[in-house]
Amino acid sequence: MKRILQALLVLLLVSLMLFGLLRIVPGNPVAVLMGEHANQATIDRLTAELGLDQPIHVQFFRYLSGAVRGDFGTSYSLGKPVSGLMGTAFVNTLLLSLAAALFAWITGGLCGLLAAIRKNSIPDRLFMGFSLLGISMPVFMAAMILQYVFAYWLHWVPISGTADWRSFILPAVALGWNSAGSIARLVRSALLDTLEEDYIDTARAKGLGKSGVLFRHALRNTMLPTVTMMALQLSALLSGAVITETVFSINGIGRLAVQAITARDIPLLQGTVLFSTAIVIFGNLVADFLYTVLDPRTRKEA
Amino acid sequence: MKEALIQKEVLILDGLCAGFPARRGEVRVLDHVSLSVPKGKITGLVGESGCGKSMTARAVMNLIRHPGRVTGGRILLEGRDLLSMRKKERRMLQGREMAMIFQDPMSSLNPVMKVGKQVDEAVLVHEHVTHAEAKRRTLEMLEAAGVPDPERRYHSYPHQLSGGLRQRIMIAMAMVCRPKLLIADEPTTALDVTVEAQILDLMKEMSAKGTAVLLISHNLGAIARVCDDVSVMYAGKIVEQADICTLFDRPRHPYTRGLLSAVSSLRDGSEVLSVIPGHVPNLARLPAGCSFSPRCSCRGKECMEKTPEMREISPGHRIRCLWEEPGKKPGEKELETEGLAAE
Repeated sequence: MKRILQALLVLLLVSLMLFGLLRIVPGNPVAVLMGEHANQATIDRLTAELGLDQPIHVQFFRYLSGAVRGDFGTSYSLGKPVSGLMGTAFVNTLLLSLAAALFAWITGGLCGLLAAIRKNSIPDRLFMGFSLLGISMPVFMAAMILQYVFAYWLHWVPISGTADWRSFILPAVALGWNSAGSIARLVRSALLDTLEEDYIDTARAKGLGKSGVLFRHALRNTMLPTVTMMALQLSALLSGAVITETVFSINGIGRLAVQAITARDIPLLQGTVLFSTAIVIFGNLVADFLYTVLDPRTRKEA
Repeated sequence: MKEALIQKEVLILDGLCAGFPARRGEVRVLDHVSLSVPKGKITGLVGESGCGKSMTARAVMNLIRHPGRVTGGRILLEGRDLLSMRKKERRMLQGREMAMIFQDPMSSLNPVMKVGKQVDEAVLVHEHVTHAEAKRRTLEMLEAAGVPDPERRYHSYPHQLSGGLRQRIMIAMAMVCRPKLLIADEPTTALDVTVEAQILDLMKEMSAKGTAVLLISHNLGAIARVCDDVSVMYAGKIVEQADICTLFDRPRHPYTRGLLSAVSSLRDGSEVLSVIPGHVPNLARLPAGCSFSPRCSCRGKECMEKTPEMREISPGHRIRCLWEEPGKKPGEKELETEGLAAE
């Protein structure tokens, strides 16, 4: 419960900072909106219409009370309500991030596991090589290489768009590769460390076989650092989503945010950033919760 | 006669050797270790840190870590050679017929598992019983191991228990399948002195019920308190073996005598603590002749040339030393202490 309140507080602080930041950056959004040849009278009228002439605290409370009700105002550049715009984009981004996260967690976890069990074997070297590649390569590069090989060359999947589920495969892999690499490396080293622990000897002395030792004793302890890492990777995925959505022409939150920045579209930007923040905070909240489930030492005594 | 002997000895180590591969050849950490652990008795294994005590225990339990390995000899559990068994066959003996407890009961228990479940597991691995039956056995064993309020403790996690309680849990886990052999590797080193006494009494109780116990310790006090027979180990070799009274009253090997005088100098309250000069040799570069010779206060010239073999000096009392009797050195008459110390 305390954690949830903390999370809400963080969300509030972020929106306050975001609000302040958008007012500090130079450039008048109305002037950008009207183009070079707008006259002063029109600019003033529009400024008043958008409420930008109000004192800053009034603007903030207006924004906040709207946000609580799910109303983020009307986009300056697109002329539509922000919540509606985000609705469509939200589904796409959610699908993309979820697919990427699943890909990263599953392949990263499995590869790390196999690599640790068969330490220094050929699969180990191969997996670790691929993870290093994923970690060192920028997302757009991974995206373009995948596009070239699997869409342009082999025609296995569509090159871009959101037509059906198959078009999500490439973006998800491109986006998740980096995280998968980090997770694989973490799982591998965490598992190898765990297998050195004394209680593993105890388990073996009890007569447990390799799989018993691994699944009953080692894995749960390996999960502890991994869960934290997975939650942290969520924010990496979201920032990567901006690029991935652009490369694969997916109409998502990331692309919306980039549009908002170039157009000085304050309501749209506030909406999209707040949305991303909420996801990251939610991810960390889930990780915290999982941690207490997995590790009795972090539980409060009843 | 011989049949009876084999029946009585639960564990026999016969010329056990173990080593780690090194750049040149191999570093031998166990050098022809032979000892036996009879039913219903506690056999002690003493020595300084790094002398191979824990390695001996790990060799028996198949817990030597890579790249170390057993390189020779035999390990007989009731006459069956563990080293020639198939992996699975040997594993099924572990926890059921032989069990082990470790030095640090905190790190030896899985931190994310209820202690009761960890004891249960030992039953469930070896016997086809229901969870309820396993739990019943666990509670019974926890009670026997002196865990107060077993029903509540069953649901505790290791971090919620004291060191002494944790070691009791470990003992319960080891004893729950009623093994014939219990190996205790420094079971009281991480505990308070008062708790140590309780744990030692508990081990004594277990052995009185018929379990053969191999107690590994560097604490001569603990050994004296509970053991029936003792083996003293130095640099991977057993240097003296005797029953507890003989060893403490008439120690023959200079190393054993050094260990004992270090303890008795404390007890007598003398100002100067008696110590054995020097330190444990590097196993990769053992001195020629007797391994203990560089630190030995009464070595002769022969000690640096000839490697002593284990020999029986009176029934049940064996030493690995060239000295024929205390005070009478082998071969040469004069001690060349000065000349050698300068080396």
